[in-house]
Amino acid sequence: MPKTYQRREFLAELAKIPCATLLLGVTGPLKVLADDGEGGYDAAEHYYAMGIQLEKCIGCGKCVQACKTENDVPEEPFYFRTWIERYVIYEDGDVQVDSPEGGINGFPPLEGDKKILRTFFVPKLCNHCDNPPCVQVCPVGATFKSEDGVVLVDEDYCIGCRYCIQACPYGARYLDPRTKTADKCTFCYHRITKGLLPACVEVCPTQARIFGELGKLSTPLNRMMRHSNIQVLKPHMNTEPKVFYSELDGEVR
Amino acid sequence: MSFGKLPNQVVQLAVVFAVVGVSMVLIRQRFVPESFGELGHYRADSVDQIAALEIQYAGWQVCADCHEDEVETKNQSYHRTLSCEVCHGAAWDHADEQTDETPILPTQRSLCLQCHSYLSSRPTGFPQIVEERHEPARPCHTCHDPHDPAPSERPESCSACHAAISRVKSVSHHAPLDCTVCHETPEEHSVLPRSHLPRKPLEREFCGTCHADGAEESDIPEGVDLTGYEIPRVDLVTHGGSLVCWQCHYQHSPEVR
Repeated sequence: MPKTYQRREFLAELAKIPCATLLLGVTGPLKVLADDGEGGYDAAEHYYAMGIQLEKCIGCGKCVQACKTENDVPEEPFYFRTWIERYVIYEDGDVQVDSPEGGINGFPPLEGDKKILRTFFVPKLCNHCDNPPCVQVCPVGATFKSEDGVVLVDEDYCIGCRYCIQACPYGARYLDPRTKTADKCTFCYHRITKGLLPACVEVCPTQARIFGELGKLSTPLNRMMRHSNIQVLKPHMNTEPKVFYSELDGEVR
Repeated sequence: MSFGKLPNQVVQLAVVFAVVGVSMVLIRQRFVPESFGELGHYRADSVDQIAALEIQYAGWQVCADCHEDEVETKNQSYHRTLSCEVCHGAAWDHADEQTDETPILPTQRSLCLQCHSYLSSRPTGFPQIVEERHEPARPCHTCHDPHDPAPSERPESCSACHAAISRVKSVSHHAPLDCTVCHETPEEHSVLPRSHLPRKPLEREFCGTCHADGAEESDIPEGVDLTGYEIPRVDLVTHGGSLVCWQCHYQHSPEVR
């Protein structure tokens, strides 16, 4: 004979369900917290950003080279996590941008007799946006903004659909031909979590690149941001980039 | 089978719902990876996975542990902002004694020229050379110690470092003037450029030596060959009001419009 529930009993049973859910909800994060304590690195205490002083960049390409070596980026000259662009603005208003092989071997001298108004180098990389469009479009949750503000790609979980590559307004992503998954700058996550600088910052001979954290006082990045005219790339896209440029020319796209 | 008063079709529908529901739960358990959603809409384990990747560049502090003298010299020199691995290549494996291979010891000019060849896009003041004219065919390290690259001898001309200015001046009306006509330069400037700066003219009267109405031929500095040139002359008192010359004219390429 099936058990017959009295109304009181039924309500008591019903009340157990949210209790169990709550219990799970509380213990879940606790486990995570315990895990973090062991590693010695607490992601929640950091919030990374980069500063680039364009008035110091000499376009030598050491950063591009170092990035490829450090992160095992494919050698072909169209896969880059960071690259350098040369802007030449002529007196007649023409703007020419070139980046031969991403600037990995430096730049050849400028050719032609056209009079130059101004010219400069612009290193580019993933902007690690605070509001990243690439993360919004990922259908599986393979790219994400980590607790310390770095936009990362989960290589094992990416399905290679390329939505993120299209969504990035900065062209910072590529599809790794070996794994067929999206890849991009990680701020050298494997280095910064161990207290080292990203490879491009480490090798920059003029210290045009400054790595640091937002919200921390008395750091080189903070000093640069206080004393320079700071701009970000494509601010109208509302991506809130965390790569800050000083002396950025209005012609830079 | 009887479920009290429930009609048969309701029971069948409930079975279908139950099967679908259970299989959904099973499929989700199978396909959603462990640790997904712990920190957000992603696999929390992938963060550790990325953080565990291999390091290639050790950083100059590690080099300093063994190569004290070289790092000490470098940190006092014009190359103080350079990390050792800029020239010597990634050296984590070497520092970690995982390999017998020593880091590269570059000797070709091309490595130095990657930073120091003249490019108009480089910032003014950064030392640049025109490869063809600066001691061609000799490796840089015959004259410059890479760890302390201040030139051992006086550079033959100002253009060795100030290529951008020299190029502009060479096609301007001021081409016949040597740099030292306006910039009196201490001997030490070629070795310690920042601590022994050349003179920069500060008054209108300096330009007036040549360009004032009634300036004498004899006032023109020695060694300046002005044959075929007609020096533009202005009245220093009225010309330009309260402005100084270089607020309108660029001295290295003065316009005559």
